[in-house]
Amino acid sequence: MADLAVNFCGIKSSNPFWLASAPPTNTGDQVMRAFDAGWGGAVWKTVGNPIVNVASRLGSVDYHGQKMMGLSNIELISDRPLADNLREMSFVKKRYPKSVVIASLMAETKDDWRVLIKRCEDAGVDGLELNFGCPHGMCERGMGSSVGQEPKLIQRITSWVKEFAQTPVLVKLTPNVGDIVEPALAAVAGGADGISLINTIQSIVSVDLERLVPNPRVGHASSHGGYSGPAIKPIALHMVAALARDSRIPIPISGIGGISNWRDTAEFVALGATSVQVCTAVMHHGYRIIEDMIEGLSNYLDNKGLTSLGELRGRGTSAYQEWGDLDLCYAHVASIDPLSCIGCQLCVTACHDGGHQCIFTGPQDHARPSHSRVPGIAKAPNPLPLGKLAGDRVPWIDEPQCVGCNLCQLVCPVSGCITMAEVPQSRHDTWNDRTREGRDHVPGGIHDT
Amino acid sequence: MAALSIDRLENEFVDKSPLLSAAEAIAEANRCLSCANAPCIEACPTEIDIPTFIKKIASFNVAGAAKTIFEQNLFGWSCARVCPVEVLCEGSCVLHLLEQRPIAIGRLQRFATEIDVVGTGQTRGSAPTNEQPPICRGVWPYAPTKRTFVGAAPCGRPLQDRTAEIASNRKRSVACIGSGPASLAFAGQLALEGHKVVVFEKKAIAGGLNTTGIAPYKLHAEAALSQVRFITALGVDIQTGMEVGDADGANRISGKTLLANYDAVFVGVGLGADARLGIEGEDGPEVWGATEWIERMKLEMRPRARSEIANKRIIVVGGGNTAIDVARECAMLGAASVTMVYRRGAAQMSGYKHELDHARIAGVSVMLHTQPVSFLRHASGKLAALKVATTNDEAKRMTSMAGTERDLPCDSVVIAIGQSKLQGIVKELPGVELDARGCIVVDAKTGQTHNPKVFAGGDCVNGGKEVVNAVADGRNAARAFMARNRFKGQVPSIK
Ligand SMILES: Cc1cc2nc3c(=O)[nH]c(=O)nc-3n(C[C@H](O)[C@H](O)[C@H](O)COP(=O)(O)OP(=O)(O)OC[C@H]3O[C@@H](n4cnc5c(N)ncnc54)[C@H](O)[C@@H]3O)c2cc1C
Ligand SMILES: Cc1cc2nc3c(=O)[nH]c(=O)nc-3n(C[C@H](O)[C@H](O)[C@H](O)COP(=O)(O)O)c2cc1C
Ligand code: SF4
Ligand code: SF4
Ligand code: SF4
Repeated sequence: MADLAVNFCGIKSSNPFWLASAPPTNTGDQVMRAFDAGWGGAVWKTVGNPIVNVASRLGSVDYHGQKMMGLSNIELISDRPLADNLREMSFVKKRYPKSVVIASLMAETKDDWRVLIKRCEDAGVDGLELNFGCPHGMCERGMGSSVGQEPKLIQRITSWVKEFAQTPVLVKLTPNVGDIVEPALAAVAGGADGISLINTIQSIVSVDLERLVPNPRVGHASSHGGYSGPAIKPIALHMVAALARDSRIPIPISGIGGISNWRDTAEFVALGATSVQVCTAVMHHGYRIIEDMIEGLSNYLDNKGLTSLGELRGRGTSAYQEWGDLDLCYAHVASIDPLSCIGCQLCVTACHDGGHQCIFTGPQDHARPSHSRVPGIAKAPNPLPLGKLAGDRVPWIDEPQCVGCNLCQLVCPVSGCITMAEVPQSRHDTWNDRTREGRDHVPGGIHDT
Repeated sequence: MAALSIDRLENEFVDKSPLLSAAEAIAEANRCLSCANAPCIEACPTEIDIPTFIKKIASFNVAGAAKTIFEQNLFGWSCARVCPVEVLCEGSCVLHLLEQRPIAIGRLQRFATEIDVVGTGQTRGSAPTNEQPPICRGVWPYAPTKRTFVGAAPCGRPLQDRTAEIASNRKRSVACIGSGPASLAFAGQLALEGHKVVVFEKKAIAGGLNTTGIAPYKLHAEAALSQVRFITALGVDIQTGMEVGDADGANRISGKTLLANYDAVFVGVGLGADARLGIEGEDGPEVWGATEWIERMKLEMRPRARSEIANKRIIVVGGGNTAIDVARECAMLGAASVTMVYRRGAAQMSGYKHELDHARIAGVSVMLHTQPVSFLRHASGKLAALKVATTNDEAKRMTSMAGTERDLPCDSVVIAIGQSKLQGIVKELPGVELDARGCIVVDAKTGQTHNPKVFAGGDCVNGGKEVVNAVADGRNAARAFMARNRFKGQVPSIK
């Protein structure tokens, strides 16, 4: 079995799975149940000066019958007395010395930071995470994302913290910025030992159409919230990869955002994350999801012939390139397996209305649309594809017209039914090559005609 | 229209597929793939745009879903409840091919139309996310639009206001004979376009077999009258207790008068009386025709009807859906035993297998390759037994095998071997012709008979199919009549 243990800037964890600072890490009782279930670590719900919360706090995006594709919250940091949090941190650390406990912190003045850090480290935590990410409520008070959006502040506060801290310091970044690299560089400059990202994305999740008040509704009003859950994974994945491939950011990354299972985890690690943090998936399904996450990840590593998670880390980073370096000659076309096709013809609609008008049904030939890159006739195959399940409802593809966009494959409800078949090419060309060699003129432009 | 008695035997039956809650409907609607050129549409005789209405349910646009349904089928609510979906839309759902349960199209269709037809119930339950708004009712009359196709994919159907166009229609006055689904679909369609429609129904209760014949676990007679009211609300005048025949009178009107007074006449008279076996002892008490039996059970007072069924040994003769319905209803009403007697094998039964399976689960036994020979009666006239014999299927004309005769003791026998054809009415409508089976001959597309003023549809044309087929016939005839009305003077003649 592959070794899942990680060493995150000196913090040793039996596996890469940490709970993100959020409701699942509100109390010692919860964190201990999570450790019993198998979680490697927990970033405690952000502590600082206690706040007052509102109701309701959560709103969700349900999509096609799937609940909570995305979650938006307007909850603030811990509303419990600091002393309670500290006492429980210390108790948990004593009972679970091998499990990672990281304190998430938010404070205002330098002196606040000093005292807060001292008290948390006295409680025995393994590290500190600076919450520069909360995009609602706290930022109105000059904390959270209002720090995270200001690289200078990030650098200054991080360096204060580094003055006082004995344990490793992680800076948690907000995604509500134009370029995630800038705040990350500021954290590095301030001396951070690691980076966590992303915190939630500013959002208004929906509007109550009856009352015309956004959700989550607090009486007659609402406020913008922070968006999390499966819907934000692609955004988080990009931001993690953008930092991981940047040589100016040599410190480890704890990937956060929409991680729900081992696959998501493997993807984050492949693009450079050392550990991952999970919140919404646990709020939805509970601590128990860890069993599948651990099992699935180690099976994957075994099947890949990798002996440790470290061997996977960053393996995909180099494949994340500039668009201009992609091969313009690479080609593939869609191909339908008539044996598994069920004849729903979703691919037909998709290709006609949102693709490139090259999937047809029936025995007729079709004149290609006038805009075709390959003008002429789409010839119906003879004989027509005959499906095992779908009979003569199996569509056919006019291959010369297919641009290989993948859309049909994405909409087909039968897994493996549409595949993209590579068409081998003898040439290789990229936009950057063309620019370098002065071949970057494409006819038909603004000044051409 | 006469009122139904309150305490009817059919009230013993509960709805076999109750109204979905909003959350259930949305969850089910979300399973639909929204196929292009969807096979379920093709399988629906009225070609309801199923994926479109289902997606509207998914977004909780229930009024829009109802509009999509009613555009094609004004009986959409009844059809949702009585259609044999297993062999129609749901039977052709592509999800079967994914080894998944087909979309519950019938139940979704009922969900979408319940508020328009019944006026209550339906999406009163809260929508699945607690913040979803309640729905608004659909607005009638709607604006029918054309379905267009580009390439192979269906494309947009712009909403348009047809009020002005309808107001400018040359108004016609039309009569319907019979108030079954065929006539009412025809009548409703024309009323929506502003034409004046009168429906003559010989019975005291309107709605045809949709009211009096449907198994009560699918649709109670009382509920079926909501469907009738839905049509009258569109502006259709239904005159019950008015038989169309050979003379005019207090409660009858002649075919000639109709032809003289109306621009067109629609014949939707359905089928006639239950067929008889024509064997010894058949006349007398405790032997029933099937539709007569069902109508009594559905409409009459409970105590009397009930004593004829509970704890009795009942034999049902026949192998069609009507026979299966009667047998299942008897079993569910507590008969001591119910035996179906059918003269051929299971494969030849015209009843649906899924219906027979349900009947067997309810406790019905089936005797195949068996036919009645005679009824045995006590001296008092009371029924004692049905003498049956094993049939010889091989023979060209079905015969009984010698020496196989035996007596099946029973208290009551229901004969469900089909209904006769109502041929009399045709004599009153000059030019209208019958085929060899006794069905009215029409042009398949327009429903027009050999008399250009007369249209026909439903069971009297197709020999007895489903409600949805009758609705399709009525609607198509109405569309043909309206098209003819628009292109003044051009009367498409029958080939
Ligand atoms: C027992 C039984 C169960 C059925 N179950 C189902 C089912 O579950 N699902 C389904 O889809 N279909 C079912 N059907 C079939 C369905 O009921 C018919 O196909 C449908 O009702 C036919 O409609 P119609 O308008 O042609 O005729 P009908 O519904 O038969 O209506 C004809 C009407 O015309 C009236 N009429 C006749 N002559 C005259 C006259 N001279 N003057 C005035 N009025 C007249 C009659 O009284 C009657 O009301 C069932 C049929 C039976 C018999
Ligand atoms: C209700 C709620 C409260 C949160 N509170 C905090 C917090 O106090 N401190 C913090 O750093 N992040 C907080 N977060 C953000 C999460 O730690 C995490 O960064 C984010 O939810 C993205 O991860 P996910 O998609 O796995 O949920 C909160 C998130 C939610 C949903
Ligand atoms: S989407 Fe897939 S299953 Fe449906 S018709 Fe196209 S190839 Fe067949
Ligand atoms: S890959 Fe794109 S262009 Fe090619 S057939 Fe599929 S949808 Fe059409
Ligand atoms: S066939 Fe089934 S999945 Fe496809 S549109 Fe019809 S109901 Fe939906």
